Amino acid sequence: MSYDPSLFPKTMPENPERATLEGKNKFLGLWFFLGGETVLFASLFGTYLALRNSTAGGPTSEELFGLELVFLMTIILLTSSLTSVYAMYHMRNNDFKKTQLWLGITGLFGISFLGLEIYEFTHYITEYGFTFRSSAFGSAFYALVGFHGGHVTFGVVWLITLMIRNAKRGLNLYNAPKFNTFSLYWHYIDVIWVFVFTVVYLIGKVG
Amino acid sequence: MTDNINTENLKAFRKQKNKEAMKRNLISFALMILVTLIAFIVVATGAVESMFAIPIIVFLAIIQVGFQFYYFMHMKDKGHAMPTVLIYGGVWAALLTLAGLVLISWW
Amino acid sequence: MSQAATQKRSFGAFLWDYLTTVDHKKIAHLYLFGGGFFFLLGGIEAVIIRIQLIKPENDFISAGLYNEMITMHGTTMIFLAAMPLLLGLMNAVMPLQIGARDVSFPFLNALGFWLFMFGGILLNLSWFFGGAPDAGWTSYAALAMDSPGHGVDYYVMGLQIAGAGTLMGGINFLATIVNMRAPGMTYMRMPMFSWATFITSVLILFAFPALTINLFLLMFDRMFGTAFFDVTLGGNTIIWQHLFWIFGHPEVYILILPLFGVFSEIFPTFSRKRLFGYTAMVFATMLIAFLGFMVWAHHMFTVGLGPVANSIFAVGTMAIAVPTGIKIFNWLATMWGGSVKINSAMLWSLGFIPSFTIGGMTGVMLGSAVADYQYHDTYFVIAHFHYVIVGGTVFGIFAALHYWWPLMFGRILNEKMGKWSFWTFFIGFHLTFFIQHFLGLMGMPRRYWVFLEDQGLDLGNFISTIGSFFMSFSVILFLINIIYTAVKGEKALADPWDGRTLEWATGSCPPPYYNFKQLPLVRGLDPLWIEKMEGNGKMTPAEPLGDVHMPNSSILPFLMSLGFFIAGFGFIYQTENPLWYIALYGGIGFALLCMIIRSVKDDHGYYIKKEELEREAS
Repeated sequence: MSYDPSLFPKTMPENPERATLEGKNKFLGLWFFLGGETVLFASLFGTYLALRNSTAGGPTSEELFGLELVFLMTIILLTSSLTSVYAMYHMRNNDFKKTQLWLGITGLFGISFLGLEIYEFTHYITEYGFTFRSSAFGSAFYALVGFHGGHVTFGVVWLITLMIRNAKRGLNLYNAPKFNTFSLYWHYIDVIWVFVFTVVYLIGKVG
Repeated sequence: MTDNINTENLKAFRKQKNKEAMKRNLISFALMILVTLIAFIVVATGAVESMFAIPIIVFLAIIQVGFQFYYFMHMKDKGHAMPTVLIYGGVWAALLTLAGLVLISWW
Repeated sequence: MSQAATQKRSFGAFLWDYLTTVDHKKIAHLYLFGGGFFFLLGGIEAVIIRIQLIKPENDFISAGLYNEMITMHGTTMIFLAAMPLLLGLMNAVMPLQIGARDVSFPFLNALGFWLFMFGGILLNLSWFFGGAPDAGWTSYAALAMDSPGHGVDYYVMGLQIAGAGTLMGGINFLATIVNMRAPGMTYMRMPMFSWATFITSVLILFAFPALTINLFLLMFDRMFGTAFFDVTLGGNTIIWQHLFWIFGHPEVYILILPLFGVFSEIFPTFSRKRLFGYTAMVFATMLIAFLGFMVWAHHMFTVGLGPVANSIFAVGTMAIAVPTGIKIFNWLATMWGGSVKINSAMLWSLGFIPSFTIGGMTGVMLGSAVADYQYHDTYFVIAHFHYVIVGGTVFGIFAALHYWWPLMFGRILNEKMGKWSFWTFFIGFHLTFFIQHFLGLMGMPRRYWVFLEDQGLDLGNFISTIGSFFMSFSVILFLINIIYTAVKGEKALADPWDGRTLEWATGSCPPPYYNFKQLPLVRGLDPLWIEKMEGNGKMTPAEPLGDVHMPNSSILPFLMSLGFFIAGFGFIYQTENPLWYIALYGGIGFALLCMIIRSVKDDHGYYIKKEELEREAS
């Protein structure tokens, strides 16, 4: 890494992720991106709500969904959000080792969430024949929940890349914004999940 | 010499502030778990009619998302004016999209 | 990687420079070139349409080819011509106007361009590979699902790739304007074009995701057998219409707001008088953008949404006329009492005023849901939107090119050719489209490849086609003007129009590659004019002379876009032969690899040393 001394101050500033121009730009860039993602997911939610009763004779949401699994997935993702907050807390206290630790835990929770979701989808496909193509409801369900899962997957890959790349570097003003940008993204996919479990699974069971 | 003391004081002050922020985050987390539990219980027990259950759980979701944005994502902190504007703008466009697809799509 | 002053270099070096540039000024050149190229394609498509309609029951082209022609004309003009030309102008001018050295994310800027370019190329390759899309630029789900061949698949993939580029551009401009304004430039001291860029970028941010999802739904249905639009499995084609127009209506405001910004620069400069009602102009722009999101269903009045929905959208549609009217009056008031200079830029701007106003007026007519039952799908609608898009966007682009050509290329476009171009285009435009209002009122439907004789439509269509030849002449003359100017044109001084805003304050036209040696101190609205009125002649610097940080060039944006381009073919043809999955996964994999390289390889940019800047001063 080319040595730019301004990136390694003796005293790390209070908000290292926003201390440089690049940091401020990344911060805004991600928040604006999240604004756009809000409309993206709203389009998917709208499509789902319009098509959730179009089951084409196949299984309905009441028959398919199991609230216990969804509750477990929710707690896992919510906890991973908390662990990423811990990671950022340690980053602001300039404790690299603890930042890495909590980011790692976040990643593990993320992978567990994905594992459970894969199990869930496999269960629907094999037990019920409920696929992406079997009905409009199926298409809409897998599109919405699948896009969310895709975002989680992208997040996990991003996290692993960040952690490996920065493992030997410690915290500085170059990578602090990168960690923070990831953390904001990770919180946002929990935001979307809150609406997913409410609109898809809870309303699916209520009818 | 005073420089060192000043830096140490500064670090201690920041550590204290961060600790308080973390405590608030932890409380937020606990409340979020609670809100999630309530939502699941409302639906799982079937205690409330669906006509009321749906607005209740949507309302609970909005509360939880509020915690996520304002506390976990620091939207209540200084320097978040633009992000707030753009997120609410996105929410507005999102609501319009939902309204269109839910209220006036019935074929 | 510093640049020596003027240095002859090989074509290869020139090409590599443009393939790897992250400089907003060069990216602007690329957008103008790309957008200009597709504008010519779209224009040829238009002339072919008009030739087919020059007489009743013509057989210049077949019905199927006609459908492809109208689809591609609309899609190319909106997505591949107008939008890139606007992104080019915003790239060239906005960072300079706010006193910045580049945009917030120069790499992303380049990526946005190459995604657009490859998306546009992909879409147009359909002509050679089995036929272009033929379901209209709006590609409504039922017709699009049934369209045989791969045309619509090219539409989906081409627009998805190009659209991703546009979204990146929007985020980039937003971050730049929020973060990188020069010291002293508060929001209410920003020039109107930069405000327009800001608000347009917000529209892009919120509108394009709806299109993204819509294209995904169509892609999944056509290529992977899902059931979003398959009625037999419970699907619903109205979803396509809603999502399309939730994108589509803000899209047309994306097409016009930057040009409103352009006119707000040109009128003051060439009236030598400040913009009338700056604050009102800012808020009117915001209001237009806000209302623009709430009227999409006026494209769906005849779908059967019901009287309540129709009324709500009708009222909202008419409401947009109010802030727009405020702007027109303020431009007129800017000129009133000013020392008006009529050059090409001013001619295009003056031509815009009545033309766009007529278009806006017919828009209010169309906004009446009741009346729209008569207008819908007739030439009246075609006349309306060409009046606003050509009369607004195209006129504005020509005006902006004349105004900012010195800034972008260091020369002034030839005035004589410019004036001839304007008048022939203006006459041709009104010949073509004014008549179409009446053709529509007489009942001529749109998107019909022939019309029958003795219905009173013959003469109108004939005149309409003649108008298109006038416009073709004008565009060819403009092209000649560009080439002539490049070879023999008058070199521009630093401030050829006695400008009011910072883009003219860098000391040369075009600016040096680092824009400002020292960031300027902004003391108010029209910052350069303030300094001129105080007798300074140039801006006061806001910082001492120091090392300037510049971003590094990179070939990765080009390569990443190439990866998605190849994957696009994979997606389109995997229904025919599973071997195409190699292209699909290979392309995506390659693009992801480029992303990982970008993440993992440090890129801190480079510094221009203070001593070098001091040398360049002398």
